[in-house]
Amino acid sequence: MNENSEFSHSYNQHSMPIKSYLAHPIAGRKDELLAALKGFDQCEVLPAENQNILALVTDTLNDKEDEILKEKIEALSSLKLLALVSGFNTPQ
Amino acid sequence: MYDSLTNRRNFIKKMAMLSAITAAASMFPGIVFASEQEKGIPDNANLDWKKGPCRFCGVGCGILVGTENGKAVAVKGDPNSSVNKGLLCVKGYHQIMCIQSKDRLKTALVKKNGNYVETPLNEALDLVASKMKESIAQNGKDSVAMYTSGQSTIPEGYIASKFMKGAIGTNNLDCNARLCMASAVTGFLTSFGADEPMGCYEDIDHADYFVTWGNNMAEMHPVLFSRMLEQKAKRGAKIIDFATRTTRSSTASDKSILFEPQTDLAVANAICYEIIQNGWVNKSFVEKHCSFSKGLTHIGYGLEDNFQFTDKPEKIDFEAYKEFLKDYSPEKVAKYSKVSVKDIKYLAAIYGDPNKKVVSYWCMGMNQHTRGTWINNLVYNIHLLTGKISQPGNGPFSLTGQPSACGTAREVGTFTHKLPHGVVMNKKDREMAAKIWKVPVERIPSKPTYHATEMFRAVDRGDINFIWVQATNPLVSLPKTSRYRPAMEKKSCFVVVSDVFPTPTTDVADVILPAAWHIEKGGLYGNSERRTQYWQKMVESPGEATPDTWMFIEVARRMGFEDLFPYSKENHVEEIYNEYRQFHEGAKHGMAPLEVLEKESGAIWPYVNGKSTQWRYNAKYDPACSNGEDFHFYGKPDGKAVIWQRPFEDAPEKPDQEYPFWLNTGRVVEHWHTGSMTRRIPVLHQAMPNAYAEFHPDDAKSLGIRNGENIKITSRRGSCTLPASINERGLPTKGQVFVPFFDENMLINDVTLDSFCPISKEPDYKKCAVKVERA
Repeated sequence: MNENSEFSHSYNQHSMPIKSYLAHPIAGRKDELLAALKGFDQCEVLPAENQNILALVTDTLNDKEDEILKEKIEALSSLKLLALVSGFNTPQ
Repeated sequence: MYDSLTNRRNFIKKMAMLSAITAAASMFPGIVFASEQEKGIPDNANLDWKKGPCRFCGVGCGILVGTENGKAVAVKGDPNSSVNKGLLCVKGYHQIMCIQSKDRLKTALVKKNGNYVETPLNEALDLVASKMKESIAQNGKDSVAMYTSGQSTIPEGYIASKFMKGAIGTNNLDCNARLCMASAVTGFLTSFGADEPMGCYEDIDHADYFVTWGNNMAEMHPVLFSRMLEQKAKRGAKIIDFATRTTRSSTASDKSILFEPQTDLAVANAICYEIIQNGWVNKSFVEKHCSFSKGLTHIGYGLEDNFQFTDKPEKIDFEAYKEFLKDYSPEKVAKYSKVSVKDIKYLAAIYGDPNKKVVSYWCMGMNQHTRGTWINNLVYNIHLLTGKISQPGNGPFSLTGQPSACGTAREVGTFTHKLPHGVVMNKKDREMAAKIWKVPVERIPSKPTYHATEMFRAVDRGDINFIWVQATNPLVSLPKTSRYRPAMEKKSCFVVVSDVFPTPTTDVADVILPAAWHIEKGGLYGNSERRTQYWQKMVESPGEATPDTWMFIEVARRMGFEDLFPYSKENHVEEIYNEYRQFHEGAKHGMAPLEVLEKESGAIWPYVNGKSTQWRYNAKYDPACSNGEDFHFYGKPDGKAVIWQRPFEDAPEKPDQEYPFWLNTGRVVEHWHTGSMTRRIPVLHQAMPNAYAEFHPDDAKSLGIRNGENIKITSRRGSCTLPASINERGLPTKGQVFVPFFDENMLINDVTLDSFCPISKEPDYKKCAVKVERA
């Protein structure tokens, strides 16, 4: 591979993470989870119309903030499982 | 691409959301986010959505590309496409992200004193034309060659064929579809006399059973697999996975049956044995619509340069065929296939049940096989014996790997033996080509020359002195690259490569031509279900990147063929398609006019009286049937499909004491083929950054191999070092190693064997013998 290629080392920067997840709510508590996630400024959430699942994107300023947000989400009682799908970093 | 950091972050957030939606779609077939996707686009975004086919794989999903201020900023599935109904896989959603890669080829590069020098495109094309002319003048027409692609658009393939065969007068044209689809072609031609599947994707909505033969559809054709899973959930349709390795497809199926590599030939015959023994033959169908033949046996493996083989078909009768099958009772076959008698009988009972509709799907497992034509024939035998063919929900269906392996490689005919209609060996086909191309018929040679593997052998021998490689990356994708990389580096051959990105193949080029990416030009693709799809240019190319069709035309004109290539730069795609359509006029292969393709998300040929033909050879659907019966296999002169007597024969190289493992190679869902595009898409690269070697846990334990540990895999041809993967993505059977081939930094094709099916000339990437050791 061409050593100048961007993609081979584009993940070495440590800043401003954007991550996407699938959030699985506890049965019957999808609306509650949706409302809770919408309450976080750093979250964008899309509920599936015909399945018990939500697509979630988090946008934070740095790794520390990302970590704190994740802890808060995982503490939500309406959440059964949070599965990471992808992660991006962009330069500050 | 990005006006500001905010725009870039918004774009990435969109892509991140699409990743999550795609992941959800793979877990929950039929999941709906579509309206939410629309809501997620800002009201003031002012996106212009343009339709086209996806760039990756042969499924041919319809995409909508959102452009803003002349830039592509979003992709979504086309809800009006009957192929994908708004769904896309992870590659499809992210496809446009590669075109902004920093190392995108934007100018022509000419090698001077060992260094690449940026050169005006016109000057580079002058050089290409002069080198081609020089080679022809010094060494004859057959000293120049072109190697194209199943990713070439229909106009690109058509102009390549017209240029090489009609203008220059050499059959030195072949393509990478030889590496993936050639056995499907020869299978169709020998069994039915006409190429490409008789059915369509709508079969999925009708079938009771899907039997996948060596085909990991969950990763290779995920949108179609999700449609199957939807039918599983909705109607109770069953998926049976018949393979040599446990994959994501296996775990999502109702039943997984594993077999010893190469013995699919024997199991297919055993299924036919059982169908006959149990009286499940559809006698009236077979009597009216089938004949029986056998061919030569012990036909070799193509390992020698200049290997030649011609089959000698011989008619037989049903009784002779029945007698032949006595060697394939389930009890006999179970001993070497490692498939239990019970499972063989289970498979036969599915096909044999007259009340169940069955579709068989396959792709590389059956095609990349030293007996690829035979195994294609054998699966057709099963469907023909039971009459389960050419009806909604019943049929054999060969899937393709590339977006236009069907439309371009097979229909336009970018193989050495092919013409846009028919073959070079046929005088009438040459006459038709000569008339439409306006060239003397004598100029089109009647003898095929080099298929893909032999073309690169000819480069190595010094028999080819000029080669133009377009839209493909053979120094990652050919088998036994350990021979062909040094061959392409030889001074005896001038190498031209046109591509979008640098690859290991551009690394050996004398001239690199910057190509436009698919949405940067107009074009047409043809997918697995005979669907032709048209799209118009959506965005401008960067720098001097130019459509390949136009670069071919420019070089042809520089070589003195101006009169044969009179197309306009603005409308050449449309002008070329209209010229090409003449080759297929009629009820058997009529192509839809452009005005139809402009409006619709593709049309299936034969397109007759304003209508697509979904099921060929069935008089109810196919206007070309003319024998007054329910079915008419009109590709054969007698109107009958052929049931072939084809035996089991061993692979050319099997595990032994020195090389005790089978090596199987393949793909992963995140990357498309050699990864030159998908590895430049950050989300896909991050998800699957490098290749790996899968082991069975028992083998890993006995070798003392830990997960992630570097392992050296060695064959008689070369070696490759990769991290071990134990019980992760896939699970090979004991005694087998699996390696995906997308990673140019871990070239597993240095290890593979360049044996091929003597009939199709398609290499077998699924079976050779290797040893493994800790690196």
